[in-house]
Amino acid sequence: MNNKPKVGVYVCHCGINIAKTVDVNAVTEFASHLPNVKVARNYSYMCSDPGQLLIREDIKNEGLNRVVVASCSPRMHELTFRKTLAEAGLNPYYLEMANIREQCSWVHEDRERATGKAKKLVAAAVSKVRLLEPLQEKEVEVEPATLIIGGGIAGIQAALDIANAGFKVYLVEKTPSIGGRMSQLDKTLPTLDCSACILTPKMVDVASHPNIELFTYSQVEDVSGFVGNFQVKVRRKARYVDMDKCTGCGACAQECRLSGRIPSEFDVGMGKRGAIYLPFPQAVPAKYTIDAQRCLFLTRGKCGKSPKCIDACAAGAINFEQKDEMIEFKVGAIIVATGFDVFDASRKPEYGYNDYVNVITSLELERLVSASGPTGGNVVIGTGEEAFVPKEIAFIKCVGSRDKSVGNEYCSRVCCMYTAKLAHLVEEKIPGANVRVYYMDVRAFGKGFEEFYDRVRREGIRYIRGNPSEIFKRGDKLVIKVENTLTSTPMEDEVDLVVLAVGLEPRKDAREIIDLLRLSQSADRFFLEAHPKLAPVDTATDGVFLAGCAQGPKDIPDTVAQAKGAASSALVLLSSGRVKVQAQISFINEATCRGCGFCVEICPYGAIELVTVNRMGHQVSVARVNEALCKGCGACAAGCLSGSSQQKSFMDRQILPQIAVLGVMK
Amino acid sequence: MKEQFEPNVVAFLCNWCSYAGADLAGTSRIQYPSNLNVIRVMCSGRVNPLFVINALQQGADGVLISGCHPGDCHYMEGNFYARRRFTLMKELLEYVGVDSRRFNMSWVSASEGSKWKDVVQGVVEKAKEAGPFEQFRRNKINW
Repeated sequence: MNNKPKVGVYVCHCGINIAKTVDVNAVTEFASHLPNVKVARNYSYMCSDPGQLLIREDIKNEGLNRVVVASCSPRMHELTFRKTLAEAGLNPYYLEMANIREQCSWVHEDRERATGKAKKLVAAAVSKVRLLEPLQEKEVEVEPATLIIGGGIAGIQAALDIANAGFKVYLVEKTPSIGGRMSQLDKTLPTLDCSACILTPKMVDVASHPNIELFTYSQVEDVSGFVGNFQVKVRRKARYVDMDKCTGCGACAQECRLSGRIPSEFDVGMGKRGAIYLPFPQAVPAKYTIDAQRCLFLTRGKCGKSPKCIDACAAGAINFEQKDEMIEFKVGAIIVATGFDVFDASRKPEYGYNDYVNVITSLELERLVSASGPTGGNVVIGTGEEAFVPKEIAFIKCVGSRDKSVGNEYCSRVCCMYTAKLAHLVEEKIPGANVRVYYMDVRAFGKGFEEFYDRVRREGIRYIRGNPSEIFKRGDKLVIKVENTLTSTPMEDEVDLVVLAVGLEPRKDAREIIDLLRLSQSADRFFLEAHPKLAPVDTATDGVFLAGCAQGPKDIPDTVAQAKGAASSALVLLSSGRVKVQAQISFINEATCRGCGFCVEICPYGAIELVTVNRMGHQVSVARVNEALCKGCGACAAGCLSGSSQQKSFMDRQILPQIAVLGVMK
Repeated sequence: MKEQFEPNVVAFLCNWCSYAGADLAGTSRIQYPSNLNVIRVMCSGRVNPLFVINALQQGADGVLISGCHPGDCHYMEGNFYARRRFTLMKELLEYVGVDSRRFNMSWVSASEGSKWKDVVQGVVEKAKEAGPFEQFRRNKINW
């Protein structure tokens, strides 16, 4: 077959996105004189149907066997144009793109220089495309199961959707119960329906679903493999309670010597628990857990004569001999739904969160207004004789959000509305309460949000525009120092309770997930999606999807929607049953390989091994690539002493001409 | 008046972090000098030290290798290899008398569009200071 390169170059105007700064006609004219170029054309939108048709027609009529598209980033449209080539019967890997939009027309203003750079980039692409070789895409089977990390509403929804579609789900939750942040909320906004009432049925569904295997109090320790074939290791931490025997009666918790003495994580410190505990009454699974860091018997080896929980448990479920358990399984897809942490209010010392008992966070208030909370739904501040019901209540918004001084430039999106909701609930619970809200802006952007905001203002909640600078104590009142920025009046307001509407932050242990799954973070430190608009649940790691606040602050409806999106993306993978693996992988020229084994050591995936072959009657050792394991990073190719290891489409002899063009052309 | 020297810089960017960061700079319309041209590789670990020599031989006045932040490599450890090779390479180039301002490495993540601008400006500025590179020049494209 005559495979003399016949290159077609297609320069895209991208409307005016490229054409405004780059003289596309000049670039086309220049390209038409480059070696091996048969045709060079430009068109307003190469990615459009007629644009692609242009390429297909030329392949047919002009006998093109290589294509260069000079347009946007290959990260945007490489797959589109590969498909175009394939449709015209050409190997899809005979394509090279010149990025003259993101890395040229959009970043340079000088038309002459931008045009010059575009010419260079096109010439470099032509120099490479001539030397590209056809590649075959291989497919592997997809393990029909999904791992979901995080058992909040995002993880729960994704798990149910995938399980209902008939695929296996492994749901791993770090804490003793699923439910996540939503289970801590009293009411949801703007409809004011009870959070637990809508969440708990879903939690129960998860626990009873035949396709869902639930691992609570567990952590993902290791993930290896690749899309379609991930190997997962999960550590199921010892609860010191036999899950099969525990009936959830709670007799142990009542008897525990530390009962009511340990701050409850679920009640964010507003309530107390024992060393053996159920995080909250509706917990799923409804099984008790012993806190190994607190339990007297586990920390000191002694708890009175014998641990009271053992005596109290009629089912004999307490087992201090229990050990962590390692579980391994295979999945085809992974959904990360690890949620968020609330902003630590002590990082804004001017608000006195650490100093005054009557400065609390919104999540703490959420527990106080909750009927199942530590105060039975009464807003009571302090304990014992000091306890009081506040009458003058102030909310401060944007605490830890939209605040560069704490490194959080972003808006947390939920605070405006949960503040309105909490203000409404407080006013409802405390007769005669006087509630005011200090705000920078009110962002009521969702369905029914503006109406709700309007409603609470009509209920008499005062909105004061101003960002308080300081809170201090005067007598038994708190003084808020603030400037009303609408009237330019400095004020000192005296109140009984300050509620800090804290923002959302990435989980403190997000780093572990990043290391586990090779995820990236965006500038706000939340997990980075593959594309902010068109791939909002995908990540750069194939087969790994994002759901919920792990990707960025969002409210419950958005979280559920995204979880359904992630579930659908995972299902696309699982139900197709097969996935294409990377074609641009490494290979070894066994004729020149000297079997030194450097590449074996370099390969991060253990994809290269030394094998013995017969070379002209001699048994010699050479390296060989396991194509199923190779991910195509090319590290081996850079390390090979004899140049025998090469990466397909990124071979030395394909990259060196690019370097020459970019270097020599001025 | 002498025309100001405009250096020519060749950059090798990994597909997942730095190339994506450079794309983000574009999407955000952040302006930077046009003296730097990018060659995309899948991982900074793919950059053979030979490429660097070649670039300098073929007319580049400066070279940049940019990858994911240490620990964030899409291929687990490719950028560590790149860093090690860079360190050795830099010493070698200094030994043969190449101005160390010509050879640079940076970490730019997919979300650091504005950092990419800073990196380009810095690298181009350094190459400008170092002046035209004339040692072991070849100046011919072997098509």
